[in-house]
Amino acid sequence: MSITLYVPCDSSAVSLGADRIATAIAKEAQQRGIAINLIRNGSRGLYWLEPLVEVITEAGRIAYGPVQVSDVVSLFDADFLHGGAHKLALGVIEELDYLKKQQRLTFARIGKTDPVSLDDYLNNDGYRGLSNALKLPQADIVKAVTDSGLRGRGGAAFPTGIKWNTVLNTPSAQKYIICNADEGDSGTFSDRMVMEGDPFVLIEGITIAGLAVGATQGYIYLRVEYPHAHKALNAAIEKAYAAGFLGDDIQGSGKAFHLEVRLGAGAYICGEETSLMESLEGKRGLVRFKPPLPAISGLFGQPTVVNNVISLASVPIILDKGGDYYRDFGMGRSRGTLPLQLAGNIKHAGLVELAFGLTLRELLYDFGGGSASGRPIKAVQVGGPLGAYLPESQFDTPLDYEAFAANWTVLGHGGVVVFDDTADMAALARYNMEFCAIESCGKCTPCRIGSTRGTEVLDEIIKGHELNKNIPLLRDLCNTLLNGSLCALGGMTPYPVLSALNHFPEDFGVNDKSNAV
Amino acid sequence: MTESISAEATVQEVINTLKNKPGALLPILHGIQDALGYIPTDSVPAIARGLNLSRAEVHGVISFYHYFRDTPPGKQTIHLCRAESCQAMGGKLLEQHVKTRLGIDFHETTADGKFSLEPVYCLGNCACSPAMQIGKEIYGRVSTNSFDAIIDETEQLA
Repeated sequence: MSITLYVPCDSSAVSLGADRIATAIAKEAQQRGIAINLIRNGSRGLYWLEPLVEVITEAGRIAYGPVQVSDVVSLFDADFLHGGAHKLALGVIEELDYLKKQQRLTFARIGKTDPVSLDDYLNNDGYRGLSNALKLPQADIVKAVTDSGLRGRGGAAFPTGIKWNTVLNTPSAQKYIICNADEGDSGTFSDRMVMEGDPFVLIEGITIAGLAVGATQGYIYLRVEYPHAHKALNAAIEKAYAAGFLGDDIQGSGKAFHLEVRLGAGAYICGEETSLMESLEGKRGLVRFKPPLPAISGLFGQPTVVNNVISLASVPIILDKGGDYYRDFGMGRSRGTLPLQLAGNIKHAGLVELAFGLTLRELLYDFGGGSASGRPIKAVQVGGPLGAYLPESQFDTPLDYEAFAANWTVLGHGGVVVFDDTADMAALARYNMEFCAIESCGKCTPCRIGSTRGTEVLDEIIKGHELNKNIPLLRDLCNTLLNGSLCALGGMTPYPVLSALNHFPEDFGVNDKSNAV
Repeated sequence: MTESISAEATVQEVINTLKNKPGALLPILHGIQDALGYIPTDSVPAIARGLNLSRAEVHGVISFYHYFRDTPPGKQTIHLCRAESCQAMGGKLLEQHVKTRLGIDFHETTADGKFSLEPVYCLGNCACSPAMQIGKEIYGRVSTNSFDAIIDETEQLA
């Protein structure tokens, strides 16, 4: 009987040498005449331990990491194939605190299975949600999602069920589902992990959305920076078609749903839903005015559901276990779980899926273990490049959409980027303005011109020129961006810029703490 | 001469294969860039004809997206992440080192044509910052030393 072991194919693990390790293990096993069954799984999301190798033993799946190619021979010598002792041995993977303390619903399978094996997916609760959905009237599918309390995980947190209901009730011969997989927010990678680590769960979620609202065509709009996810999605879609989970007659129900991946081309703004639809239509990614809402007049002018990857990947478990099951996790109006992404200067960077309600401090220290550099944490940017920087005084904010909004901060897509005390907040604020200038679609003036002027004003401030004039000018400009921009790019760039200025005025050469929240 | 004829044939083939898809322009531009490494300016009229668009519309789309380029890239394109997470882990120092080592700035190609350098705003590798991509290969926890080693290795293979 051959021994089964796992080496992740997740692109972050690959970026640390996982492919070379898989090759080295296969070669060493062959030389020693040992039969092994090497599976490329998704990542568990414990990235400081990647590349993480797991072996199936009688005691469970024993993990070793972080493994380098130079460790492979010594791992064999230590009989790691039977869970032997080694300096990299971590014990049974699921007993590690970081994993054990999580509530993995959306990420239940990731890291356990071969991402592109349909058999693995079916053997691990896959397609149970779709099977239930096929027996339900459309309105009941929508109701299950509404009852679950699921809100858009892309950042805007709009109730998913309400969006679906609008599309369901808008009559049209052709409707569309768009999966927004343009995960451009820096510091976020949960969408990527789902697409690389469990693409079938996303495909199932999109298919259920199609059945619910009566759409027969879906598009996954994927950023071009994710070639590994592209490959995994296409492989999984092909298998789903072959097994009748996509196509003209889904599992003999007579219902049709087709799905295709489309690539973006390096424009951050195309993560904004109307810009994304322009891009899918083959145009410049200019933001559209709303109304009309995409749910009424979206892609090619037809009713369209646009949902984020995590929102759609959370649908199968809701249809499998019921809206109530999902709703029982979380706090206040933030129901279910949020996959948080710990990044930047943090010791234990990775994916932490938890019910809403934990505080940021618990996340940073209990899970993250403090900064990677060992220096004090100075600021944390939550919610991507349009999210505010939180100083230490705000670390007790619970991870909940409303609690964050009350602080003038943004939970967004759950990205958490940590900076130690060497960070220069004025330089970061300048970067945020520059980013807005680079990525602005150019349709509205506050964002197009304001971002460039904002970068220039910040350059003057960094040089220490006329601070008594330039700081009020920056505030005034941010006010214009906040209130006058067409979409969140211009409208939210002031969040990082002003939060940096308000909480860390000394980095801007002033001592005015009066604007700190 | 033969090269430009084959490039023209490639462009036409990509257009013919993809032009009937709804919203075909981006797939066509990707197809051309995948095949040729860039989208030659003289392919714009053919694309416009194939999709019944004006040349201005096609040019507008090519120039809107950072990923599309209208000049040939170096043998290898290095995408170096500039975003916050990488900055938090020494990305700015790495950026300086990369530019000095290659002797070029962003959006430029080395004189020997080996490397092009482009900025990228997040590769989704934020748990292993700083990150970069060379071709389709992604690298995490890149240091000035590991960057040099990767470049030395890539140069030997080239």
